[in-house]
Amino acid sequence: MLLNAGDKTAWLPQQASTIAAEVDSLFYFILYWTVFFLAIVVFFTFYFGWKYRNNRGKGLTSSNDHNTFLEITWTAIPFILVMIVFFWGADSYIKMNIIPYGAMEVNVTAQKWSWNFKYKEGFSNPRELVVPVNRPIKLILQSQDVLHSFYVPDFRVKMDVIPNRYMMTWFEAIKIGEFDIMCTEYCGKSHSEMLGKVRVLSQSDYDKWIEEVNVVDESIPLIDVGKTAYKKYACNTCHSTDGSTGTGPSLKGIWNTIVNHENTAQMLVDENYIRESILNPQKNIVTGYPNGNMPTFKGLIRDREIEGLIEYIKELK
Amino acid sequence: MREYLETNYLNQETTIKSWLLTMDHKRIGLMYLFAIMFFFTIGGCLALLIRLELLTPAGGDVLDRDTYNVFYTLHGAIMIFMFIIPSVPAAMGNLILPVMLGTKDVAFPRLNLASWYIYVIGSCIGIYSIVAGGVDTGWTFYTPYSSTTDTAVISMTFAVFVLGFSSIFTGINFIVTVHKMRAPGITWFKMPLFIWSLYATALIQILATPVIAVTMLLLIMERTFQVGIFDPTMGGDPVLFQHFFWFYSHPAVYIMILPGMGIISEIISTFSKKKIFGYAYIAASSMAIALFGFLVWGHHMFTSESELAALVFSFITYLTALPSGVKIFNWLATLYKGKISFEAPMLYAINFLLLFAIGGLTGIFLGTLSVDIMLHDTYFVVAHFHYVMMGGTVIAFLGGLHYWWPKIWGRMYSEKWARVSAILIFFGFNLTFIPQFIMGSQGMPRRYWQYDGLANTELFHFYHILSTAGSWMIALSFVIMLIYLMHSIKNGKVSGSNPWGALTLEWQTPSPMPAHNFLEEPKITHGPYAYDEVEAERTID
Amino acid sequence: MSNEKTQYFQHHFVDPQQQHEASKFGMWAFLVTEVLTFAGFFCAYAIFRVWSPEMFINAHRALDVVMGGTNTVVLITSSLTMALAIRYIQMNNNKAAIINLLLTLIFAGTFLVIKYFEYEHKFHCGHLPGAFYSPHISPDCISIEGNNPHIFFSIYFMMTGLHGIHVIAGMVLITWLIIRTTKGHFSPAYYTPVELVGLFWHLVDLIWIFLFPLLYLIG
Repeated sequence: MLLNAGDKTAWLPQQASTIAAEVDSLFYFILYWTVFFLAIVVFFTFYFGWKYRNNRGKGLTSSNDHNTFLEITWTAIPFILVMIVFFWGADSYIKMNIIPYGAMEVNVTAQKWSWNFKYKEGFSNPRELVVPVNRPIKLILQSQDVLHSFYVPDFRVKMDVIPNRYMMTWFEAIKIGEFDIMCTEYCGKSHSEMLGKVRVLSQSDYDKWIEEVNVVDESIPLIDVGKTAYKKYACNTCHSTDGSTGTGPSLKGIWNTIVNHENTAQMLVDENYIRESILNPQKNIVTGYPNGNMPTFKGLIRDREIEGLIEYIKELK
Repeated sequence: MREYLETNYLNQETTIKSWLLTMDHKRIGLMYLFAIMFFFTIGGCLALLIRLELLTPAGGDVLDRDTYNVFYTLHGAIMIFMFIIPSVPAAMGNLILPVMLGTKDVAFPRLNLASWYIYVIGSCIGIYSIVAGGVDTGWTFYTPYSSTTDTAVISMTFAVFVLGFSSIFTGINFIVTVHKMRAPGITWFKMPLFIWSLYATALIQILATPVIAVTMLLLIMERTFQVGIFDPTMGGDPVLFQHFFWFYSHPAVYIMILPGMGIISEIISTFSKKKIFGYAYIAASSMAIALFGFLVWGHHMFTSESELAALVFSFITYLTALPSGVKIFNWLATLYKGKISFEAPMLYAINFLLLFAIGGLTGIFLGTLSVDIMLHDTYFVVAHFHYVMMGGTVIAFLGGLHYWWPKIWGRMYSEKWARVSAILIFFGFNLTFIPQFIMGSQGMPRRYWQYDGLANTELFHFYHILSTAGSWMIALSFVIMLIYLMHSIKNGKVSGSNPWGALTLEWQTPSPMPAHNFLEEPKITHGPYAYDEVEAERTID
Repeated sequence: MSNEKTQYFQHHFVDPQQQHEASKFGMWAFLVTEVLTFAGFFCAYAIFRVWSPEMFINAHRALDVVMGGTNTVVLITSSLTMALAIRYIQMNNNKAAIINLLLTLIFAGTFLVIKYFEYEHKFHCGHLPGAFYSPHISPDCISIEGNNPHIFFSIYFMMTGLHGIHVIAGMVLITWLIIRTTKGHFSPAYYTPVELVGLFWHLVDLIWIFLFPLLYLIG
């Protein structure tokens, strides 16, 4: 059902969006000319090097030392080629920047070190951007802290994400599947772990997902909900489960212990403590982590997920 | 004459004070040479460690997250500010420019010494910054991360600020020397092309470096006084920093490459025993590159600026690329009907032609708007700039080092080992960086400590292994080079004044050079490349 | 005469004429770098002014035009006395030259004193850059409307601060000249350092002539 969805090649990933084929054609055009000119340089270097090799030959060489015609030719031909490339590139670029009318809008929030996607229906989905296939999707990007960059190689989409400003870009997926999202503007410690996924579904699957996403499946055991939430909300980028210190304290063995805080409060790690740490993390910061980097998850995380995390932490001895 | 000048600039005076307070451009150049090679070694070791970490997709085998981020930042900052920008102008330029122009020294020898000490101070501040834990912002120091991270940003940016003055003073010195102190008979169009390249570079140095000084100052102000010009919550704009930063840093890359291109002109002419083809065009292209280089800074920001700006910058970027192409064609035409020999400097020149061609051509991909969206901030960019900076400038620098080595020390290195090293570096370099082009176009982002959990992880893993293997080959070739070069200083064959049979003025004086450059007033009877009129005897066989 | 020649002539040059030309050219090249440095700050000014024109106009009212105007006159006069000093050396009148150099120094000092009072008032009113901006409402401190007025003061302090540092540097150089002139180092045959410092001083003046209207007189 999906035309023009090219496969991965030696140089480029699969073409999973409408613009990919066009960008790729230009890439190959430049590649072929690059190889051609490189071949010229290689050929003449080695050919002249071999033909005129003459170790310490005596005698003078020719005084032929300029040729205006040649100079003009080897300036003009590259000039024409780069102009072709410029106009072609500019044309595709403009297409990549003009957002189709009626595109489905999703707000993308970047923060150290996770992605969050907010849909017009009012809910948030962390880490995963779920979209229907064959529909233009407009992304409105903003950062909560430093510069980030939203990059989906399979779609050929990239846009820097800047604090206090909205950046916009768009894509239309032509292939159903999962595609990597990577942050590609250095943003600190866990920059290379700031990953996500675009999940492209058929329109009907997407509609189903929209209905179900706010419903939390009560049949899944709390501890599994907790384990999933731990990854989903990128807790792993700051809180380890094996005792090693990261940007935040490890979660191993903290349940039911007394913890000291920067504001001298000593608190017991119980259900309320964990809930407050997730919803209002700046209130009590653990001693030794004075920079207090943890953002709040209020409005993002669901109650059942908090309960699940509590169960999970209980198990981390 | 084939002899070693017994009393020369190296031993005319031997006290420590005579070195520390020297005003001899040759001694200053030599001190710069050792300093930059020292920093190159440090930057290179950082690179080897980074490449070692990247052998596996998971992070943490060799370096932890924080250390990795600090290492790649320091690798960039050290290589750019403490090695490559001073490399050809301050080391080679200082050693050779006045001699090539037939004069006794640069215009302002005391300023030259000051330039050296400012470089030392700036580098010490940089070392302090490293010892204080280093910086993790990337050498580009983008705000707001750089204005908020708690690493040693202020000391490193201050080091860059100080180092900038060293660059500016060298630039002023060279401009005035070229304008006012050429020996009679050396008109503008009879100057060697190395001088033209240093002149164009010096123009960029004095015009662009003040802007990085301002940028670093603004960042320091931002961090200490929170002035708020880059902070969006205080009405500032983080992208403004990028404009300021790249307004210098793009011309800076031409500071890096132009002198290297000048060296290549010298080497190709000498080792083809033929007049350089298109002299005027090569000189003009250096000036054109210097001018256009100021107009393209926005091509580093295609993913964060207005579309109109992007269109303009992309267009001008192509125009900037054309003069470099002109040079390559002119160099190839010089080989035509020459009498070519393949000693080490020529092998480096050939290296340059091939590697710089790749580097320059891959720039076309990045200047193309739609393709750049895909390639920006990926390993494609990393590969591109290593091809032009390392495959270009460093190779040209090594070519110049091997070319002028006998002039500096009066002795030859082992030709056999030099060829081994030159060939090894060619293969090692390509092995290191060609895989990076492919990784980049397949989606591997820059500045990643780990690359686990991606669809392409296995593919990246394969290419990273190749790349790391290549880095060890490069390291080996440098180790070999260090050994034979150091060995030659005391034990090399005496080279005499003109081992290559070249025609520029520095070869008409004995080796090592006399303290005041010439024993008798140099007489200019022919142009610098007049191999069709004059035959100069090689002093070595 | 030949004594002086051997005293100041540097032997890597071919003759004193080449030395003089080279020195002057070098100073001009250096001044170009200074212009580029300040140009960067002027750019920042322009950009923020375009983004918040109202705020700039409101904020600049906190600056004292009388003090700024006086400083402008002071600096221009100091450029005059500097030029006169050079003229007097050319006419072999060391005494008048020293007097004019001293006057230049005094005017420069006056500039800094007036600046000190201006800065003091800013501190008093809390009109400070960036995070230190804490406006203090009182009869002698105007209140400023608009977004982020601290930006205006960031730019004000950075630009006038950098300029002030250059004034101090100039004063050090002029003092050095006074000492050397007293010792008789200069004559109509050789006065290059005086000329070069003069060029530098004129640039310092010129930069202020741009700063003053842009900061004090807009709106």
